[in-house]
Amino acid sequence: MNLQLTEDGRLRHLLTLDGLPRAIIMQILDTAESFMDVGEREVKKVPLLRGKSIFNLFFEPSTRTRTTFEIAAKRLSADVVNLNIATSSQTKGEAILDTVDNLAAMHADMFIVRHSQSGAAHFIAQHVAPHISVVNAGDGRHAHPTQGLLDMFTIRRYKGEFHNLTVAIVGDVLHSRVARSQIHALTTLGVPEVRVIGPKTLLPTGVEQMGVKVFHDMEDGLAGCDVVIMLRLQNERMKGARLPSAQEYFKFFGLTPEKLALAKPDAIVMHPGPMNRGVEIASEVADGPQSVILPQVTYGIAVRMAVMAMLAGTGNA
Amino acid sequence: MKIHIKNGRVIDPMSERDEIADIFIAAGKIVAIGQGPADFHANRTLDASGLIVCPGLVDLSVRLREPGFEYKATLESEMLAAAAGGITSLACPPDTDPPLDEPGLVEMLKFRARNLPGPRVYPIGAMTQKLEGQMLTEMAELTEAGCRAFTQADAPLTDTLVLLRAMEYAATFGFSLWLRPQDVTLARGGVAHDGAVATRLGLPGIPALAETVALATILQLARETGARIHLARLSTRESIAMVRAAKAQGLAVTCDVACTHVHLSENDLISFDSHLHLVPPLRSLRDRDAIREALRDGSIDALCSDHTPVDEDEKQVPFGESAPGASGVELLLPLTLKWAREMGVPLMRALDLISWKPSQILGVSGGNLSVGGYADLCIFDESAEWIVTPKTLASQGDNTPFLDHPMQGRVRYTVIDGHIDFEAPR
Repeated sequence: MNLQLTEDGRLRHLLTLDGLPRAIIMQILDTAESFMDVGEREVKKVPLLRGKSIFNLFFEPSTRTRTTFEIAAKRLSADVVNLNIATSSQTKGEAILDTVDNLAAMHADMFIVRHSQSGAAHFIAQHVAPHISVVNAGDGRHAHPTQGLLDMFTIRRYKGEFHNLTVAIVGDVLHSRVARSQIHALTTLGVPEVRVIGPKTLLPTGVEQMGVKVFHDMEDGLAGCDVVIMLRLQNERMKGARLPSAQEYFKFFGLTPEKLALAKPDAIVMHPGPMNRGVEIASEVADGPQSVILPQVTYGIAVRMAVMAMLAGTGNA
Repeated sequence: MKIHIKNGRVIDPMSERDEIADIFIAAGKIVAIGQGPADFHANRTLDASGLIVCPGLVDLSVRLREPGFEYKATLESEMLAAAAGGITSLACPPDTDPPLDEPGLVEMLKFRARNLPGPRVYPIGAMTQKLEGQMLTEMAELTEAGCRAFTQADAPLTDTLVLLRAMEYAATFGFSLWLRPQDVTLARGGVAHDGAVATRLGLPGIPALAETVALATILQLARETGARIHLARLSTRESIAMVRAAKAQGLAVTCDVACTHVHLSENDLISFDSHLHLVPPLRSLRDRDAIREALRDGSIDALCSDHTPVDEDEKQVPFGESAPGASGVELLLPLTLKWAREMGVPLMRALDLISWKPSQILGVSGGNLSVGGYADLCIFDESAEWIVTPKTLASQGDNTPFLDHPMQGRVRYTVIDGHIDFEAPR
């Protein structure tokens, strides 16, 4: 079953990068490249999605991701409606489907969905009318495909190729949908060595079966890397007995200039944001010359424009 | 009512009978197998040519959802469904609302069930009051009211001292405890087997350890107290090995698995289908294969449906928010036959796991075909093919991971206490 592709292999929904063909990922990156200059024009708009209604359906609070999707949609001239549905007010699933049905009745063309449950975007995609596309903007620990794509876009911009890279993903992989999407994209694009680095309490069971090398020592793991991706550490990890303290975490798994020096001299540092300075990353690194964290945000808009434009092209456009 | 069952292939695992024979039934009992009594005039003759006549099935876990959850299913609907599945005796766990923790509730359930067509209903009493895992129930009173054993069902039991006391108390009277091993803290927050698939899908995991750690505790306490323990719904290769070893050391334990876990594994979760959200979770292929083998070598004593009808709204949500469980009374027989075909296990041995063996665990008459014994029979067509759909299922719960799957083997008649309680539409 491939819910996210049409029968002739085009993008129908974007739910996960797991199993998404390399050609489609490359097409998204190339399309994003063509949108890069839109943001620099005086009139930052193209009319590709004029008359389309895009609903930001956020069952979990988010400002940054929602905003970048909104900007991307508006630059494509779509009409955007933001819905922040507090998960607590949801009387569970029936309400999700009711919400979706109601919005569909308002002639929605696309749903951008964020939800705290893994698989929620799949669930909605399985229930929407055929003309509606679903973009997963983060579901539980499962996937955050547009983030994974913008990270690939960033890597390609700075490194050119994928086939000769060593990439390290550092931190709370267990709870990270971003890490999962990055791993799938990196392996699909032919990165020969993808590493995950973290304490055993923050690495999921059997993660090596996703095609990564596991390191528990950050200095070993960073040696010779071209790309270092830091993951956000949520404060509640301390409560669940996964970590003793933020201080100890920073000492052993936080990215400092000293540790970064073990990577290649031209290594880039990435972070999906928002950062916890002094927890997973030192300010000197976050603001330093190797950081590409702010460009990631800029590229995120072009990548999301590309995804929406491609989905609209396979919808009822 | 006198019934003459003609020309069926009679298979009775208890006596190891397997032959074409006639069976004669009168006044709720089997009066003859083979040659009928001289003056026998049947009110009804069932032509069982080409069909298998076996003991009515005995299912060790069927949730009837009464009292308290009638919106999910009712006693009427689920007893009919069980009869349609060839089941003539069933054990129902106490996780109702309120739980079956006092004699009046048990008597009411038995009374309601007795006045409805369908299987004999054997309640399993709550081991602790309100299933809260703190205070013991009146096990002796509950036994007099009709409880066959005591269990926490899937309710958590965090206090090991309570478990020890429950075993000591049950052993005093010789009562059985049915326990599903699960360490609540190790399983906390999990919805799927903690393995490569849950990692890929980002589903919070329940490690195999949650089962084996609890099982080690149960086995150790059982050795100490001499309590009779039945281990319910085992799901991991390691726990099967532990039970096998305990049995070899002479410990009087029995165990069962759910028929879903004989066929499915974590690999089936890939589409996030909430119908695959089960308790215990579907484990790895390695675990599933160990279950299939242990059923063959007798390390697992019985197969049950673990029938859990769930309201469709509770499944129409993302996986992690869905109510766990699958409807299964009508699939117990075909799924057992499927396993037997795939493993090359003789029919006699397969039927043993869903009739005679579970009746022994439950400690009730039935599960066999004997002259003078209960006329509880299942008559089925071993080769009939059908597709699982809400329409082909009688249960109010359409929640099964086997929706749209083809099945082979279908019940034609179910005879309970000498009455034809189910007859397949022609």
